[in-house]
Formats: sequence, structure tokens, C-alpha cells
Amino acid sequence: MAMRKVAVVGAGMTKFVRRAQETGKELAWHASRMALESCEMTLDDIEAVCLGTAPDSFDGVHMKAEYLSDGAGAWGKPFMRSYVGGGTGVFTPIQGWYHVASGLFDAVLVVCEEKMSSYYPHGQAAFMTIFDHTTERPLKPNLLWIFAMEMNRYMHTYGISKKDIAQVAVKNKRNAADHPCALLGDPEITVEDVLNSEVLAWPVNRLDVSPVSDGAVALVLAAEHVAKRITDKPVWIQGVGWNLDTAYWTNRELAYPRYVEYAARMAYEMAGIKEPRKEIHIVEPYDPFDYKECHHLEGLLLADRGQAPQLLADGVTLRDGAMPVCPSGGLLGVGNPIAAAGLMKVAELYWQLRGEAGARQVPGQPKRGLAQAWGDLMQVGTVIILGTNP
Amino acid sequence: MSERVAIIGVGWAGYRPVSPEVSYKEWMYEAAVKAYADAGVDPRRDVDSFVTVAEDFIEGTSIFDEYVPDQLGAALKPVHTIGGDGLHGLATGYMLIRTGLANLVVVEGHSKASNVLTLPEITAYAQDPVLNRPLGLNTEFVAGLEMNRYLFETGTSLEQCAAVVVKNRRNALRNPLAPYGADLTLDEALEGPPLAWPLYHRHKSKHADGAIVMVLASGERAEVLSHQPIWILGMGWCNCAPSLESRDWNELRYIRKAANMAYQQAGIVQPNLVIDFAEIDDTYAYKELQHLEALGFCRVGEAGYLTEEGATEPEGELPVNVSGGSLGMGNLLDASGLARALEVVLQLRGEAGSRQLEEVEVGLAQSWRGVPTTSGAVAVMSH
Repeated sequence: MAMRKVAVVGAGMTKFVRRAQETGKELAWHASRMALESCEMTLDDIEAVCLGTAPDSFDGVHMKAEYLSDGAGAWGKPFMRSYVGGGTGVFTPIQGWYHVASGLFDAVLVVCEEKMSSYYPHGQAAFMTIFDHTTERPLKPNLLWIFAMEMNRYMHTYGISKKDIAQVAVKNKRNAADHPCALLGDPEITVEDVLNSEVLAWPVNRLDVSPVSDGAVALVLAAEHVAKRITDKPVWIQGVGWNLDTAYWTNRELAYPRYVEYAARMAYEMAGIKEPRKEIHIVEPYDPFDYKECHHLEGLLLADRGQAPQLLADGVTLRDGAMPVCPSGGLLGVGNPIAAAGLMKVAELYWQLRGEAGARQVPGQPKRGLAQAWGDLMQVGTVIILGTNP
Repeated sequence: MSERVAIIGVGWAGYRPVSPEVSYKEWMYEAAVKAYADAGVDPRRDVDSFVTVAEDFIEGTSIFDEYVPDQLGAALKPVHTIGGDGLHGLATGYMLIRTGLANLVVVEGHSKASNVLTLPEITAYAQDPVLNRPLGLNTEFVAGLEMNRYLFETGTSLEQCAAVVVKNRRNALRNPLAPYGADLTLDEALEGPPLAWPLYHRHKSKHADGAIVMVLASGERAEVLSHQPIWILGMGWCNCAPSLESRDWNELRYIRKAANMAYQQAGIVQPNLVIDFAEIDDTYAYKELQHLEALGFCRVGEAGYLTEEGATEPEGELPVNVSGGSLGMGNLLDASGLARALEVVLQLRGEAGSRQLEEVEVGLAQSWRGVPTTSGAVAVMSH
């Protein structure tokens, strides 16, 4: 029997801000309401809710999803939270997909919320508790520190310069200037600005990394017969993939994200994609750091290893290039409320493929896009492929 | 789509009140190896997807899903974590197989409760931080409030709740997995100072350590791989109000809705006519009674009398928690739902040893995520 077809039929998004006045529950409510209104649905039409949100330690709430559940519209409904660290934002729509594709539900709300500003003085400290309690925590590593190692390894392996990579931050922050929800859009930013910003953990400078943010995003997913009733422009989920590598990240070759490749291959196979570079028109890879966009384009098999920075230098990944990458502005420009940032990428594909991305719209009526997120200990890849054809 | 999903392998490790010499990874490994051997599968070669259930604060590690793959044989495979109970994990495996994307899915849950030095403080941190936490309510106080309301509304007596404790801990004597087996009298079940009146300390399940792993398969694969597949006939789950002030304290709507969802899939109209036995959440003794009523096995207010009369004893009309439940086996945190499901599988396979029920065809497992949640799940299974 063929797989059940699932479409995205609505999307909503709050502004991404440094310190939201709203509680996390209220942020989830705002995004959910906007998503439902965008497709003229109400909570009565929703049969189940899938929620994504990254560590409980940000909010200091145990079983955070239970707390967020009524804000996300789950009162009196089947509700589950899925979780793959930073990969969660792209995984949650995959969770929504399997809810509908299983045949148990016809309409599902997918909500991702993050409130990182509750953590005082800074959310980075919450990440001190992600490391192995015996072998790593005594060394007091933090996330910037380990990603700086990965960036250094990537640059060293392929002979890439900091300047090549800084171009990514410039592209994405410029793209974000056209996003009404963006926190760090800047149409004037230059490579020198990035290179001259203060070093946080070499080779990562402040403008190489996305900001800590608050925000929420929601999507409405529907089965084929429901989707066609709701809209004449459903955006179909064509492929999904996810992959988790070993926890022993210190034993991993950091120059290449093999787990991202495996997740991508899973999604390509489901979508029937043989030549991804020709068949994917927009890419929203995960870009919490500028080098990650390059790293992920290579893992997604959309660039040769070590060649992703050259694609940008050639203009291929600009918004009006042959393969626009992060036309939304990405995490570097729009902001990085972790799970919400991942779902923002999927919402961007939805708007782009419907031709509703406003000033961000990529030219040429794109037919298919890919969003990807990454997380845990440089360990997990999540991939979703959306398209205008079922 | 593959409509039919079966459990073809189960493995467990534990359960023990403390386990200082074993890490959670070792518990998981032991349970996984047993489940793979039981199902006759190789995780590296055969399994399409892995699901675990866990919560960060309980594990003492943020982004806990990082530490899942290695001991399950799941590195570089599709793995994800559900912040839910074991039955939510089972429902996830059930959905993944029904999509047609996966043929074999592994579901894991574990508890290392003995490692947690501040469990009461952590569970209190599940309350709404703005509206509830400033009141300084601890978890047992909230349970006591709910129990008091239940007794008031239904006329259920303290002795009827105590009868649940006596039954489940006696049942546990026949379960080699259960560390809390005991032969108590009703009076003994009501001994000692209450934790929060009317909740007596023996009415609360004590924690235990352990792990449970299950292998799920599509109908086609199950028939090839297993001579004794246990079919999942229906799964349901539901949430209601998370905040204390906005919930209906008198009604477990979430359990009723979760049950109806599972019954509908299973084509069950009258659960007490079809379901032969049940493994029901008994985090607190009164919850078993409340849950029996919300699951539709009897009318509201009847569960206490049925328990008193012995209807839920192993030889009764509807055996409930023959395993000993959480009161007898220990509260396994988010693995508790899988412990309920495991007993259902063992009973349906005829592998429950000296506590084996006769001629059982359909069993039900139910879970609740504990105070302050209104989150529950239900599974109906048959051989």
C-alpha cells in the first residue's frame, strides 16, 4: 500500500526577540493561533498536537512540554513532545508527518517554542549540563568551545579561511533584513564587520554565531483529502529523514557530518530524488554558526566536500542564485530560539513554495525545498523535503 | 501503510530499589540485548528506527537523547526521544510502522531513580512556574488534594484504597521482577503518618531502577519473525489542563479520551466484555480506582467496592495489576508504562510463570505521567 500523503496547509510565527515579555506558553499560543488563522481553521479542527522545545533547563521547568501543552492548543487532545536536541525544530514536523501518515489523524498542529532568556545570566550555562557527567563535565566544556573545535577542523581539513566562512554570516544577516520576524537582519553588514567582531572561542567570532532568542513557530499539517479542502496550494511533505550518531563525539571525524548525509539519503530515497543538486530548488540548512551552513550543504550532498564556501563566492547560494540557501536569513539573521528556529526554516519553505515570502521571495517559482537541522553533541541530522507536487 | 503492528520481542533488566553498581547505560544494554534475542533481530542490520522515552531533569543531563544510541546498537540510525511515558513511546513506534516508512522499530524506557537525590524537588518543578510554583506545593500535597476530592465525590473509603495496596503488593510476591512484594493487612496499609492527608505513605509507590526494551514489527514482518506476535489493537493518549487551577479535579477526561481513542481503533464498545485483564497506573493507590472508572470498566464510585469484593484479584472477574503494579514492582518513572505493557505481553504469551492468568486473549495497559500532569496513555493488545 502506498504511503499516505501529508501536506502543510498553514504556518504562523512570532517575532524572534532577545527577551520576550510573554511566557513560553503565551509564545506557543501566539504561533499556534497565527498558524490556524492562516488557513481559517480552529482548534476544533485539530486532532492532535506535536510539540518541539529544547532543554528543560532553559526554563527551569521539569517536563516542560506538559507545562506548554495547553498554550500549544493541546487541551483535551493527544499530545506528544519529540526531542533530538538542536535537530528538534525540523524533527517536530516529521513527528507531525508520522502522526498523519499513520492514518490515526487527519489534521495535526506542530508547535515549536523556545524561551532562552529566562536563564540568568545567559543560556550558555544551561549547555554545561549536556556533557558526559564522568568523562567530560569535569573539563567544563561549553558549546562554543566544542563547535570552535569543529570549525577549526573543517577549515584545516579543506584549507578554508575565516574570510570565506564569514561571507555566510553576511549573506544570511542581509537576507534577514527582509524578514519581518528577524532579530539580527542587517542590509549593510560586511565581511570586515564579522572578522572584526570579538573572538568568543577562536575561530568563532561573535558575528559567526547566531544569537540566543525567544520565539515560537507553528504549522498545520493535514492529510490529502483535508488539505485539498483547506487550500488550493498545499505544500507536500515529500521526504523525511533523521539520523543520530554515537554519543562519543570525541572519536568522530569532525570535518564531515556523516549523520547529516545519512538523514539526507533517507529523505532523498523517500522523495525519489536521484540528483539532489538538480532537483532541490531552495535549501534551508541549519546555520547556528556560519561554518555550519557550509558543513551541512556538504553533508546534504549539495556541495562537494570543502567546496561549499566556493558556491557562495560564485553567487550560487544567494537569494537570486541558482540554489538559494537560507533565503529566510537563517538562524544567523532571524535568530536562534532553538526548536522554533528549526521550524522557522520549514515555515520559510512553505511560504517560498506558495510564493508568499514577500521581499524574501526567491525568483523562478521554486517547486521543491529542503530544510535541515542539527544538534546534540555534533551528532544528529534531521531533514525534511517539501514540494508543490504530492 | 501497514495497518497491523505487533510486539515481537521484549527485554527487561531490574527492577531494584537501588543499583549503585549499574549505570543506566548498562540497564538499557541488558534489556536491549534480551529484547533483540527474544525477537531474533540484529539492531544494526534489521531495525529501521529507535524510540526512547526520557526527561532531562530526571536523567541529570540536558539534551539526554545524546546518550541513547550506543548501548541500543543504534548509532548512525534514525533515533529520537519522546518526552513522554513508555506508552507514548510505544504509540510512536506504532505510528512509525503504520506509515510504511519502518518495518521494525525498537522502543526503550528506563529508570535510574535511585541516582536522583532531589526527586521531590524535581517533580515540584513540573508545576506552572508563574501561577503554581509560588504556592510552594509539593507533589504529595497535590496528590492528597486530588485523593481527598475523589473520596468526597465518590464515597470511596480509605480502606478501599488500602485494599489496592494489599492486593498489588501481594501480587508482587509472585513476580520475580518485583522488589516490593509484601503480605500486608488493611490496617498495615494505613499505618504511619499520612504524607498529605488522606494519602498514607504505603499508598504511594516507591521508586525502582530498571529498563525495558520492546521490538515492534509490521504485520508482514511479525508473521515471518515471530511465532507468537502480540498485536497492538489500539493506542490512545491525551492531555488536559497542566495548571492546577484550570483543571477539572473531579474528572479524568484525559484517561477517558485516551481510552476511547484506543477502544475505537480496536473496535471495542464495552471494554469490560472484551478485555480480560488490565495493567493500570497505580502511582498512588487511589489512582488505580480512579483509572478503572475512567477506563470505563465500571461506573464512577464503583471501583472501590469492586476491589474490596475481590473482582480485581488475579482470580477475579477483571484481574488488575497481576504484576504488582507500581506499588509492587516500583515506580519506574517514564518506563512505568512499558512495565505495564510488558506484563500484558507476558500474560498474553503465557509466559507469566506462577502468576499466569488462564485463557486471556485481550489485555489493557494504561499509564499516567504523575503529578502535576494530566497526561495519560492506553494500549490494548491481543495475541
